[in-house]
Amino acid sequence: MATEGLVRPRLAAGPPPAQQAIDAFAGRHRYRLLEALPWAAAVAAYFLFPSYLPLGAQILATILFALSADLVLGYAGIVTLGHAAFFGTGAYTAGILAANGWGEPISGLFAGAAIAALIGFVSGCIVLRTTGLTLLMQTLVVATLLYEAANKASWITGGDDGLQGMEVWPIFGQFRFDMFGRTGYLYCLIVLFLCWYLARRIVHSPFGRSLTGIRENVRRMHAIGAPVRRRRLIIYTISAALAGTAGALIAQTTGFVGLSFLNLERSGGVLIMLIIGGVGRLYGAFIGVPLYMIAQNRFSEIEPVYWYFWIGLLMVLVVVFARGGILGLVERLRR
Amino acid sequence: MSNSLSAVISIGFHGLAFAMVLYLISVGLSVTMGMMGFVNLAHGVFAMLGGYVLTSLMSRMGVPFALALVCAFVATALGSIVVERLLYRRLYGGDELDQVLLTMGLIFMSVAAATYIWGPLQQPMHPPRWLSGQVDLGFRSFPGYRSFLILCGAALVTTLWLGLERTRFGMKVRAAVDNLRMAQSVGINTSRLFTLTFALGSGLAGLGGALGADLLAINPSYALENLVFFLIVVAVGGLGSIRGPFIAALLIGIADTGFKYLLPELGAFFIYALTMALLLWRPRGLFGRA
Amino acid sequence: MSAAMNGPALETRGLCKSFGALTVADQIDFRLERGARQALIGPNGAGKTTFVELVTGGLPPSAGHILIDDVDVTDLPQAARVKRGLARTFQINALFRRLTTLENVTLAVAERDGVAGDLLRPAGRHNRVIEEAFALLETLGLAEDALRPVNALAYGRQRLVEIAVALGLSPKVLLLDEPAAGVPSGESGLIVAVIERLPADIAVLIIEHDMDLVFRFARRITVLVQGHILVEGPPEAIAADPQVRQVYLGERPHGRETR
Repeated sequence: MATEGLVRPRLAAGPPPAQQAIDAFAGRHRYRLLEALPWAAAVAAYFLFPSYLPLGAQILATILFALSADLVLGYAGIVTLGHAAFFGTGAYTAGILAANGWGEPISGLFAGAAIAALIGFVSGCIVLRTTGLTLLMQTLVVATLLYEAANKASWITGGDDGLQGMEVWPIFGQFRFDMFGRTGYLYCLIVLFLCWYLARRIVHSPFGRSLTGIRENVRRMHAIGAPVRRRRLIIYTISAALAGTAGALIAQTTGFVGLSFLNLERSGGVLIMLIIGGVGRLYGAFIGVPLYMIAQNRFSEIEPVYWYFWIGLLMVLVVVFARGGILGLVERLRR
Repeated sequence: MSNSLSAVISIGFHGLAFAMVLYLISVGLSVTMGMMGFVNLAHGVFAMLGGYVLTSLMSRMGVPFALALVCAFVATALGSIVVERLLYRRLYGGDELDQVLLTMGLIFMSVAAATYIWGPLQQPMHPPRWLSGQVDLGFRSFPGYRSFLILCGAALVTTLWLGLERTRFGMKVRAAVDNLRMAQSVGINTSRLFTLTFALGSGLAGLGGALGADLLAINPSYALENLVFFLIVVAVGGLGSIRGPFIAALLIGIADTGFKYLLPELGAFFIYALTMALLLWRPRGLFGRA
Repeated sequence: MSAAMNGPALETRGLCKSFGALTVADQIDFRLERGARQALIGPNGAGKTTFVELVTGGLPPSAGHILIDDVDVTDLPQAARVKRGLARTFQINALFRRLTTLENVTLAVAERDGVAGDLLRPAGRHNRVIEEAFALLETLGLAEDALRPVNALAYGRQRLVEIAVALGLSPKVLLLDEPAAGVPSGESGLIVAVIERLPADIAVLIIEHDMDLVFRFARRITVLVQGHILVEGPPEAIAADPQVRQVYLGERPHGRETR
């Protein structure tokens, strides 16, 4: 599913000879030239927009966040309203470490991912027992619980004012986080690349294909002997780890963590960005996030109230008219 | 009277008032979600609308309280019909994600619209003079408006329950919630039934929002801020149930009030933990259908 | 283990299921021998679907035991029973409609092979799995639809995919729930042909209303009425049995008259 929509394998007319069909099917994971585009664009942006690098870094980190949500939402079909829980956990972990004497970024990143994965695993064990509205509720409750906890534990999280006094050390002792955001941007880019590579491998693996099966017809998956709950728990935990990584990236590159990292708007916002780009197609995040964030950046200067309105309206329109988002439209045009 | 007994009565009283508001707002959501399986996260928007209508009419146009309440109900019910016919109808039986996104989009639009029309600040609610003051029951006196809230809520709830048990409309509603396809096959026009039920439920929500304007502050982020509470009441009570959300609202209302009074450092933490535990124990809610 | 070589592929002992006062399965003692070609018939509401759900693990029994290859699986969940060699098709297609035919079968083969949990190697590299799935499609005459999404196929061919997915699990016991249901009469010949050509070592139980199909296919017929087995035996005996005729008297058989 992931990249098939972008590039169709060329087949001879008529029923495909066996080997050709098998090859076309087996070759879905092969890299296509088009997939280099986002990375080329990201590298180009580094040179073309040197004054926008801090925003660029935030966009890259948010792409990672959206990518993690896509794994859960688009591939496994788990509708969650609380994904910010893992994002915020990763951010606060990295932030609290940096604010209390341990500013080493790479280990802070891993710590953020690990704690987020732990929260993901524990909450997944509880939440994934259910389906439908109850599942949605539970994810929302988990995120709200963490929000309240962060709010109350203001002696360590900074509460309403946010975490203050983060000091992030240079990467490998060499690359300082400069005020133009150059280091931050490249840092986010490399981390995003590595995580994307991991996500892509998972999506194209037998495990990833089985997730698509779980999303499409869970009853059938049970009937072919698939351990459905275990698979969902695994992807939920991995997704939480990636979301936590994204949160840690933002914390480290902006030097700030606030309660808004855990709130409903954050969870809802990532859903919006995904749906604009297209859910369940791996690259929806790469399209939806930059569009959304750049537009928001422009709009917020003009009139923040209108931004909310137009985004809400866009969501409504996308759901009613353009279900697959931009990538979905592209797929339909190619047919 | 002794301090702890007094505290218990206070908590019970204020908790009950809060529960009434929560129930009035959430019962409509429970019934329509149970009937059509549509995840309507934007339900809080109708409660907010009711609150804005009431406060605007009273403070800017001097409309008397009772009349303003009726207007809140009617305006919300009518508004909901428009939304249902235009938008919700398209997504029945569809993907849950679509419904979540559509209704979240509506919430966002409502935040912007409310800010634009009424400004970002909370709307103050001034209960009419004949309701302010205290009600003296001898052993204690109680705030007048809250007492009214409880009585009014009780009256509405009783009317609702009687209406559902005794009227033909109520019978159709119960049939459709129980088994939609069966209801269709015995000739019930479920499409129209749903619009009417939705309008009634949203109108009630508007009424609840209006009545409870001093408990749940009327401001543009209303629908977002209180979403969790409304969903908790519905999920814990059980989708499609009418009594279930009442019990859930009581639990939440009294627990929340109690904790705010006794252990404010915990905040709403306990409520959420309680919700998780309850949903684990009974995933379909306390009174949910299998 | 040698005793198991002669034991039945599937067995139920004293299987019961009640919903309150309503008993839908009443002390069912059922045997399906290895390599069997058996049919389960009965009037509507007899409990045939319930029986399938009990055996596959979709419903927990009120009492009794279910054994696959002489191993008690009563407490095992659905997926575990599949791992023990039990496969089923659904009366109404339960396929991954937006995925291709080949993908549908590959998912089943991958589960059986135990590679479905592989997180890191690309699915395309598991050649054996894909080739086996494709070969299966070929034997069922579905090769030309391999890369088409299932929802683009005619309903009759979708029913074939349903069978292909079950076969992809290399089952020892195959439960076919009304395989010809909903298939237009022009296409049902395909289904019948496939069922007749199923591998001889699989024990096949077919639940059907179409008496034509039943009498063509079955070497043994079990008649289920109101949750208990009325009578069992070879087709000629069942056709001649007066009790069976009486049970079906109020209701015309869906195929032509029984021979």
